[in-house]
Amino acid sequence: MGLFNKLKNLVSKKEEVQDKKEQEEIKNYEQGLKKTREEFVSKLNILGIKYTKVSEEYFEELENILIMADIGVNTVMKFMDKLRDRVKHENIKDTAYLKEVIVDELLVIYVEGESLSDKIKMNENGPTVILMVGVNGVGKTTTIAKLAHKYGEEGKKVMLIAGDTFRAGAVNQLEIWAKRTNSLFYGKEGSDPASVVYDGLVEAKEKNVDIVLIDTAGRLQNKVNLMKELEKINKVISTHIEGAPQETLLVIDAATGQNGIMQAKAFKEITNITGIVLTKLDGTAKGGIVLAIKEEVNLPVKFIGLGEKMTDLKPFDIENYIYGLFKDMV
Amino acid sequence: MFEYMGDRLSKAIKNIRGLGKITEDNINDAMKEIRLALLEADVNYMVVKEFVASVKEKALGMEVEKSLKPDEVFIKIVKDELVSLLGGDYVPLDTKENFEVIMLCGLQGSGKTTTAGKLANLLRKKYNRKPLLIAGDIYRPAAIKQLEDIATSLNIPVFKEDKKNVLEIVNDGISYAKDNNLDYVIVDTAGRLQIDEKLMEELKEIASNVKLNEIILVIDAMMGQDAINVITGFNDALNLTGCILTKMDGDTKGGVALSLRHLTNVPIKFVGDSEKMDGLSEFYPERMAERILDMGDILSIAEKVEGIVSEEEALEQAKKMKTGSFDLEDFLTTFKQIRKLGPLENIIKMLPQARSMGLNNISVDPKDMAHIEAIILSMTPYERRHPEVLKATRKQRIAKGSGRSVEEVNRLLKQFEMMKSMMKNISNGKMKMPF
Ligand SMILES: Nc1nc2c(ncn2[C@@H]2O[C@H](COP(=O)(O)OP(=O)(O)OP(=O)(O)O)[C@@H](O)[C@H]2O)c(=O)[nH]1
Ligand SMILES: [Mg+2]
Repeated sequence: MGLFNKLKNLVSKKEEVQDKKEQEEIKNYEQGLKKTREEFVSKLNILGIKYTKVSEEYFEELENILIMADIGVNTVMKFMDKLRDRVKHENIKDTAYLKEVIVDELLVIYVEGESLSDKIKMNENGPTVILMVGVNGVGKTTTIAKLAHKYGEEGKKVMLIAGDTFRAGAVNQLEIWAKRTNSLFYGKEGSDPASVVYDGLVEAKEKNVDIVLIDTAGRLQNKVNLMKELEKINKVISTHIEGAPQETLLVIDAATGQNGIMQAKAFKEITNITGIVLTKLDGTAKGGIVLAIKEEVNLPVKFIGLGEKMTDLKPFDIENYIYGLFKDMV
Repeated sequence: MFEYMGDRLSKAIKNIRGLGKITEDNINDAMKEIRLALLEADVNYMVVKEFVASVKEKALGMEVEKSLKPDEVFIKIVKDELVSLLGGDYVPLDTKENFEVIMLCGLQGSGKTTTAGKLANLLRKKYNRKPLLIAGDIYRPAAIKQLEDIATSLNIPVFKEDKKNVLEIVNDGISYAKDNNLDYVIVDTAGRLQIDEKLMEELKEIASNVKLNEIILVIDAMMGQDAINVITGFNDALNLTGCILTKMDGDTKGGVALSLRHLTNVPIKFVGDSEKMDGLSEFYPERMAERILDMGDILSIAEKVEGIVSEEEALEQAKKMKTGSFDLEDFLTTFKQIRKLGPLENIIKMLPQARSMGLNNISVDPKDMAHIEAIILSMTPYERRHPEVLKATRKQRIAKGSGRSVEEVNRLLKQFEMMKSMMKNISNGKMKMPF
């Protein structure tokens, strides 16, 4: 149980953290995930009390819990097979021990595969460009505001480019956030998004901006025309600034069901998605689909959104995530 | 019937074929697949469980008449059960009174503001009403601007006020409507989490102080298992009168519809199926059931085709397809008819087997359609009737005439050949055609 012990150590280490800020961060993270965790863990615990011995009913209920977290039907089915295998091979009978195996295997899902860096790549010479993409209404614009706030606080010169020239009020929405976060702003309503992005990048270079955050219109991944438009935007960015966009973040709403996998696949095909931002974790949704996305599309989560304010962004940290989910259980 | 179903599901169901009676043993695999299909469609876990149990009960012991195939009987049971669940207690949008107020609510990003615009548009167009939009989202940056822009594009009035109390804004808006001879008020509200007590209180206050004819939950069709918490949260607080399922033009199955109907009596009044202002369609339980089970939405196409293609035309073309004498001239005619149907991808998506042919995610650029037409129009009538004569020089001339490239001409000819052979298959009975 190497992985599990490692996890346990991580968890107990977290409790000893002295750094005030980090402690605060963990606390916020925990609060955001509290509902999630309570529900998930209380279910697992009930399961442990209800079933002291591993049985078919136990498996069934466990499957239920995992499905309810939106972890992804395929991922859950594979996970259950793996678990059944281990139970058989290691002759596991005790549900308390099995709980540890469960955490262990869940972690494996996320950690396995070539793990992409969860840090944001910075451009050494010139502006760092971060492109925000996703389906409608997931929180792209708000996440840009949150990132602008974060980098602004770090003393960086930030510029927001309104690449959503389609949705009513979108340019305005971003402009308001630019003001609130003291960022520069470039936008032009009603014109072609690729040309807005181009002009915005020219200005960003002129003004020696450190971080450029580009908003895009929400698009459903099965709309080929809109995906082509995104491809074009992406091309404009990469031809204008070498190595850009340094990051392309796919925003996923924590309430998203199985469709999240299709979203990740389709957007990855068109752009070089470097990570996921999982938003709205302050609600009751668990966002488990990111586990399936990691497994099937190998995209890591980089940030999570825990509210509507510009301060409600936290870096994603699988240890923290698991810690939040399983603290009471461990 | 189940040629159109999801591959796995139809495979499992095939096993039932040729059996005289439905027994627990022979439907077990099929039940498992149905369970997975529903879970993959994001139907709530508990709902799936109950649904599967009830289908099983109905199917078991059901004597199959000699003339019927047991697999067909079985799938009918499944579909009927789905349809009755999705469709029961339907109440259409309230439009009977002289003055009505509707309030939209839902999570952040579910599509309330867009839906408000669509509803106003529909009420004016279909019911001849004079709508007023009230901007009740005073929190999200530029939310009011968004509603205003939508309203301007539709030429429908908006009421907004620089106040902190939404109830007051709504009341003032209603007075404004009455004073200005407007008779259907649509209240847009800010997105909120159902566990946000303060914001839920705001909605409750409106509901208890204003005579609302409809309280509608706007919910994203892509939602996963958490949908039940949202639905019950909003319904417990507000006694919803209906629900609108948005973003159904995506490739999500929308199993949330089933969860909603199973858990509450709240009817689904409309589905949102495009970002445009006319993208609000009535909800058809039959189609939803087929979508969830991955069956082609044949009914919808049939309906759309009606009224656009005259019967003689259709018969004439059907005959040509059968005999294989379908040429580019006919292609052009068909093409023009199809264009009248609206976005082609919506039609193709609904075709049976679109999925297994990899066509379910197809998207057709209206510009491409115009190009195809231009190419065919640049051919001589003889060439259209005999595409086999099209060699290099002719192709070059056509390309030049239509302002397209020779590759595009080639591509079109290839597509035409494919279509022709597809049609042969259809008329040979290998594939069924909806019209
Ligand atoms: N509760 C909660 N709400 C959020 C979060 N992130 C964004 N939102 C809200 O979700 C709604 C939609 O957010 P936007 O940022 O406009 O989403 P978008 O993806 O840019 O939307 P489109 O541009 O319309 O596709 C807004 O009401 C935001 O305030 C979050 O982490 N938690
Ligand atoms: Mg946006």
